[in-house]
Order: sequence, then structure tokens, then C-alpha cells
Amino acid sequence: MIAALIFVASVAAFFQFFILYCHSILATARTVPLSDRVREIAGVAGEGIVAADFERFFRLIHLCPERDDDRAEIQAVAVYYTLLHVFHRLVRPAIPKIASWVDQECRICSYFAAVALDRRIAYSQGVITQQSSESF
Amino acid sequence: MLVCVLCRPGFKRHISIGIYMLAAAVVNVIQYVCIERFGFASKEYYYSYYYAETLLTILMFFVIIQFYQHVFAQMKVSRYIRGIATLLLVGTAIFSYLLVHQNRTHLTHEFVVQVGENLYFVGVILTYLLWGAIVKLGETRTRLVHLVLALGVYFSANAGVYALRKLFPDLEPTVLHWLPPLIGTWLPLAWAYTLIKVPEEARFTMARLAVKAR
Repeated sequence: MIAALIFVASVAAFFQFFILYCHSILATARTVPLSDRVREIAGVAGEGIVAADFERFFRLIHLCPERDDDRAEIQAVAVYYTLLHVFHRLVRPAIPKIASWVDQECRICSYFAAVALDRRIAYSQGVITQQSSESF
Repeated sequence: MLVCVLCRPGFKRHISIGIYMLAAAVVNVIQYVCIERFGFASKEYYYSYYYAETLLTILMFFVIIQFYQHVFAQMKVSRYIRGIATLLLVGTAIFSYLLVHQNRTHLTHEFVVQVGENLYFVGVILTYLLWGAIVKLGETRTRLVHLVLALGVYFSANAGVYALRKLFPDLEPTVLHWLPPLIGTWLPLAWAYTLIKVPEEARFTMARLAVKAR
């Protein structure tokens, strides 16, 4: 009985802490506005970013030269995004309303990926500019 | 992780994390020696594993106390925090002992597992209360928030695995056997990430945790 209570309370606490931890990482991107450049390159429509954009942004991020300072964050968010999808598939039959929450979380991940892509594009342009100035 | 703590400016602020990580490294070496010398299924390894785990969890309580002191620094209540934490520790040990008191034939065997489960659960409660205080007091230090949330994930995952082990002992050789080492890697990784990537002066507001996509 006590073990069952501990299990239920621990699982509830685990999900709460884990989601808050992921949010604390995602929060760093929240205040960053997306540039027109990334909107154009990534094909973001006027309506804004949708949950399904994450995978496209993620592929585009990997086409850009890597920066050491954002790699861990991007991978952590990709793990969170994957877990959300797994959770969605497992829980959706029992709790249909979970879909809107998962969609909201995935949109946050997509926005983070868009900001990361923007930074990588800016970094790539900086590298190209530096290389071209050095060659002259 | 230890290098991260020691090489950063102002390492005294996180000295308890450094001590914990040093102890965890020593325990890992001792456990490796036990496996090499006595084997994985030996009683020696079993007791060294659970007793070391218990000692590490108690050491982790000092890390939590330091976090509490950071959060309540301006209120000058350090003495009370230490007193309450000690009472809670002693209470947990007594409660664990009473639970297995009737089962005298397997007292040591049961006791180490029971005390481990209870200590992790007390860790969950302490971290949860700390998180509540952080939210209530409007804590803005990003690094502290990251450290506490990572700790909450660690404690709740461990407490859950211990409880699951008790509820479904048949799962032990297949699934549950692999979970503690996986959970064990979470804390050093998450804390190292925080100490390396999040500057001490970084601040954010709690409202940002309830993020909404644009």
C-alpha cells in the first residue's frame, strides 16, 4: 500500500519536474523574436509556427555548421519532443484531451528550434564573411 | 562534474555539490572493486550497493539544505532549516526501522532497501517543498532553478523505481535492473550542463516557465 502511494506520488512529481526542467531550457528562446530571414528560409507562414515544423527545423539546423554552445540544448529539446510524441501515442486512447496539451508543447519546441536555426544561420553567415575577408 | 564545480569562480556556493560528486565517484570505485572481487550476485556487493546508496542520499540532503539556504538567504532562517532537515532524517530512519521491525529474520536485507526507498521519497518531498518556496518567493536565479528541477527529476525517478521494484519484483531482472544506472547519469549531466552553460548572473521570471509559443 505504502509502496503504491510512493509510486503514484513519485511518478506525478517526476512528470512535473521533468516538464518544468524542459520549460526552463525552452524559456531561454521565448523572448527572442524570429527574424524575417529565418521565416523566409524555413517557410514560416504568417500564422506562425506549428507543432509539425519541428522536424523540418531540426533537419535545417543540421545542415548549418555546428556551434558548440547550442548542441546540448538542441539535443535535449529533441529528446523532449520525441518523448512528447511517445507519450501522446500511449495516452491518447485513454485521455483524448491530451492532444491539445501535446500540440502546445510541440509548438514551444518548434519555436525553440526556429530560434536555434536563426542563430545557426547568423553564425554561418559570420563564418562565410570572415573567410571571404581573409581570402582577400 | 567535480572539475566543473571546482574550476568555476565562486565554487564555495556549490561546495556541497562538489563533495557529493566526489563521494559518488569514490562509491563507484568501491562498487567496481566489490564486483571484481566478489562478483555481481554476491552479498558483499549487495550490501555495499545499498548502504553506499543510502549514505549518498543522506549526503544529498546536505546539498538540498544548501539550496534551501540559498533560497532563504535573505530571511536568515538557516538554523531552523538545519534543525528541520536533521529531524526529518532521524524520523525517516526510525520510520524505516519500525516498518521492518516485525520481519526480524531478514532485518538487514529488508532494512537497507526500505531505508533507501524512504530516503528517496523524503528527498522528493524536500525538493517539492523547495520548489514551492522558489515559486512563492519569486526566485529569479536561473542556475538555482535548473539545479533544483534536475534534483527533483532525479529523486522522483529513483523513488518511483524503488517503489516499482517492491510492487513488481518480477520486473527486476529485465527492466528495473537498467533504470538506476540510467537515472544515475542524469544528475551529473544535468548539473554539469547547468554549471557550464548557465551563468551565475542569469535571471528569469517564473512566468516564463508557463511558456506559450508565438
